[in-house]
Amino acid sequence: MPDQLLYAAEVMINGLMAGVLYALVALGFVLIFKASGIFNYAQGVLALFAALTLVGLQEGQVPFAHLINAAFGTEVHHFGWQLPSIVAILLTVGVMILLAVAIERFILKHLVNQEPIILFMATIGLAYFLEGFGDVMWGADVKTLDVGLPQGGSFWIEEKTAVLGGDGFYGFFIDKLDIVATVVAAILVISLTLFSQYSKQGRALRAVADDHQAALSVGISLRFIWVLVWSIAGFVALVAGIMWGAKSGVQFSLSLIALKALPVLMLGGFTSIPGAIVGGLIIGVGEKLFEFTIGPMIGGATENWFAYVLALLFLVFRPQGLFGEKIIERV
Amino acid sequence: MKDTVEPYVTEDGRTIGGVLMELKHITLKFGGVVAIKDISFDIREGEIRAIIGPNGAGKSSMLNVISGFYTPTEGEVWFEGKKRPQMRPYKVAQQGIARTFQNIALFSGMSTLDNIMTGRITHMSAGLFSQAAWWGKAEREETANREAVEKIIDFLEIQHIRKTPVGRLPYGLQKRVELGRALAAEPRLLLLDEPMAGMNVEEKEDMSRFILDVNDEFGTTIVLIEHDMGVVMDLSDRVVVMDYGKKIGDGPPEEVRANPDVIEAYLGVSHD
Repeated sequence: MPDQLLYAAEVMINGLMAGVLYALVALGFVLIFKASGIFNYAQGVLALFAALTLVGLQEGQVPFAHLINAAFGTEVHHFGWQLPSIVAILLTVGVMILLAVAIERFILKHLVNQEPIILFMATIGLAYFLEGFGDVMWGADVKTLDVGLPQGGSFWIEEKTAVLGGDGFYGFFIDKLDIVATVVAAILVISLTLFSQYSKQGRALRAVADDHQAALSVGISLRFIWVLVWSIAGFVALVAGIMWGAKSGVQFSLSLIALKALPVLMLGGFTSIPGAIVGGLIIGVGEKLFEFTIGPMIGGATENWFAYVLALLFLVFRPQGLFGEKIIERV
Repeated sequence: MKDTVEPYVTEDGRTIGGVLMELKHITLKFGGVVAIKDISFDIREGEIRAIIGPNGAGKSSMLNVISGFYTPTEGEVWFEGKKRPQMRPYKVAQQGIARTFQNIALFSGMSTLDNIMTGRITHMSAGLFSQAAWWGKAEREETANREAVEKIIDFLEIQHIRKTPVGRLPYGLQKRVELGRALAAEPRLLLLDEPMAGMNVEEKEDMSRFILDVNDEFGTTIVLIEHDMGVVMDLSDRVVVMDYGKKIGDGPPEEVRANPDVIEAYLGVSHD
């Protein structure tokens, strides 16, 4: 096989893996959008907050340390313990559920029957609040997140694939972390789909997304469903936070990955879980391949804008996305 | 409470049961606007109770009070012999009060089958984990619920649209699916808000037949709001007439029809 083609294949595989990470973030958006018609601007910050909390708990950081020190003149910063990853993850899940309850209690409950745009604004507020809150709680420094996920290139794959090419070809370089992310995303998507299609709560969730009044009339508690949805979104954010955090450290720019989810959603459709996955993969592969093939001709750095241009094209020709529900207005 | 009320014999000679729900001095205000003014009436087990009146008389508000969507400003709602505390609509639904809406409120993205299946949510109890594993209880429950739903689909003669997303159905069929969803809850009390609004004659006849059959076969107590006097007279055992938020008549259809206040409200006879 010519080496050029092999390189392209390697780029494509890496694109797929990157796409999985985009899809993970997009998934959180889709969940909340499906269940409440809200475009949750805070999803990226949720991922950041989850990752910060996870690192903080794991390292035994004292929450609000700066605040406490400033107020009482103390010098606290760490409790001096190191929690096992699994305990820290479970505790973080607990924190995300508490956060969901708080969001319902302090925001959503007061905005029942409001226009979607109002709720959207509320999530913008929530995003900035959470970003600041995370800062005050855990500090603004860049943290390394290590929950024991395998990292670095997989030598096994490199060795096995090296034979495909000639002398100058050293095999595919694939990050183990990306493989883990792919497996995790697959499990997450399958279980979420099963949950929403076949469980009582999943059915209730779809009902609430469709019509609040009707949902109430068949005995569904809106408040419970909202807490449930935001808990799940928080959980997905945690998974995304772990993957991105392990890859590039936990820092406040993590909240910007939410922006990459936007084109993914435009491609896949805002209401489709499989759409989020396929959209993520297309964008991942598309931007890597574009950079590989066209990039050198036009000076590179195409990854920054390629996804958005693709999304724009989709908006023109298929505004509901690949898998989104067709927009029908009955007159 | 039931034993203290003597049985009530309807015009066509049917005996209907004791009091299922009693509304005592219900008043409902929105700010300065009085939607319902000191209305009392009862609903007996197994009857078809109609609420009629001109537009804006407060009929739908009354239904919303019964189903918990509105909390009355004053007055009490007694259900099954007990005073009902202030209650959220989903709790009311869990108590066995199902309803349909004047402007159809269906889950338009779901199929007919799924819509009616949601009606059975109050009959599902298996926990998240047994559902996730699709274990014994969850599986049995799902099967039982599916059977109940299939029966309703048969009953309402909508087999041909089982898998169709309801958003695509014509209006008359949507109304029928909505009735099906309410029936799926096996309600003690079924509230129908203008079940025949906007239908053609044929559809109206179908719907009337279904309502009578529901009442007859399942013994479901029904409260319905309707504009069409003819329909009301044919269907109902007893009628409450409302006008400007007040009750102006209450009794069997024939009696109500002869009531001068009612005639005035409907035909606008002047007092001069």
